[in-house]
Amino acid sequence: MDRQILIIILSTAVVTYLPRMLPLVILSRMRLPEVFLRWLGYVPAAVLAALLAPGLLLPEGKISLTGNPYLLAAVPTWIVALKTRSMALTILTGMVAMILCQH
Amino acid sequence: MQPQDEIVPRNVTVAPLMWQGVRAALPIVLGYLPLGFAYGVLAREAGFNLVETVLMSVLLYAGSGQFIAVSMFSSGVAAAAIIFTVFLVNLRHLLFSASLVPYLRRSRPGALALLAAEITDETFAVAINHYRDHEAQLPYHFALNLAAHSSWVLASLLGALAGNFMGDPARFGFNFALPAMFIILLVMQLKDKKTLIVATFAALFSVVIALLWPGSWNIILATIIAATLGVILEPWTGKF
Repeated sequence: MDRQILIIILSTAVVTYLPRMLPLVILSRMRLPEVFLRWLGYVPAAVLAALLAPGLLLPEGKISLTGNPYLLAAVPTWIVALKTRSMALTILTGMVAMILCQH
Repeated sequence: MQPQDEIVPRNVTVAPLMWQGVRAALPIVLGYLPLGFAYGVLAREAGFNLVETVLMSVLLYAGSGQFIAVSMFSSGVAAAAIIFTVFLVNLRHLLFSASLVPYLRRSRPGALALLAAEITDETFAVAINHYRDHEAQLPYHFALNLAAHSSWVLASLLGALAGNFMGDPARFGFNFALPAMFIILLVMQLKDKKTLIVATFAALFSVVIALLWPGSWNIILATIIAATLGVILEPWTGKF
């Protein structure tokens, strides 16, 4: 097994496990500052938007607004996500839309 | 992984609760199968071998985190940057974990430490929804988590095996599985205008930083800036 890959797997597993485990195990006794909890409340939406936007707008590392299959496929995907709120249907729509947009 | 007797009432047997958990996992499994498969294919493309690909699904078990890790790895990003990005991306689990405390506080810390290993966006969403009108039950929760995790590991394995002879994964639309998952998760996060404003800031900063400073720090920086702006702007955005 590649040493570099093994380090990545083990380290990412640990740094992912700690935030999953610590609040559930110790928070019944300790409380986080209220302002930090509010800050944390924004993190999921912010992370997702920060991940998504460059993937859609900069597929090759440069701004691409026309003939960009990622941007085109995002339209039906977003509509299905809003209408159905179903993860399976949204992913399926996205993948089918991507196949159609690329050909 | 023994169910915790202290929160299971004596007249309730464990098997029906576990079955309930497995059934509740079904929509998650449907979502995880194509996504885990896509991860398996992409991990092999990125240079992971079969064991490494599956090991990451067993130990890390975080959809977006795994996609980010393998795609950063394939573009030659340093391990430290990969680890820190995955940490930040998965920091959201703090919030899920904290939100489960009121329901599960009577359970033993050891059981909770084990349960926490399989918290994902989806298992959290299903469980917290269930607990609105049901008493929290560890057998239900463990079964839900294990069913979802097993499907993820299995799908990764299948993707990793198929990766060898599938050719370009983009041909099958797998290159859009991750953006599609981010879209549905983001749509589910946008519960009010404050959050919408923060997400817009994050998207904007992420694109601008990515253009100015190639690498992958745009995700971390944009998230920290946007969430901080969200708190700072609350006196104004709170009115919405």
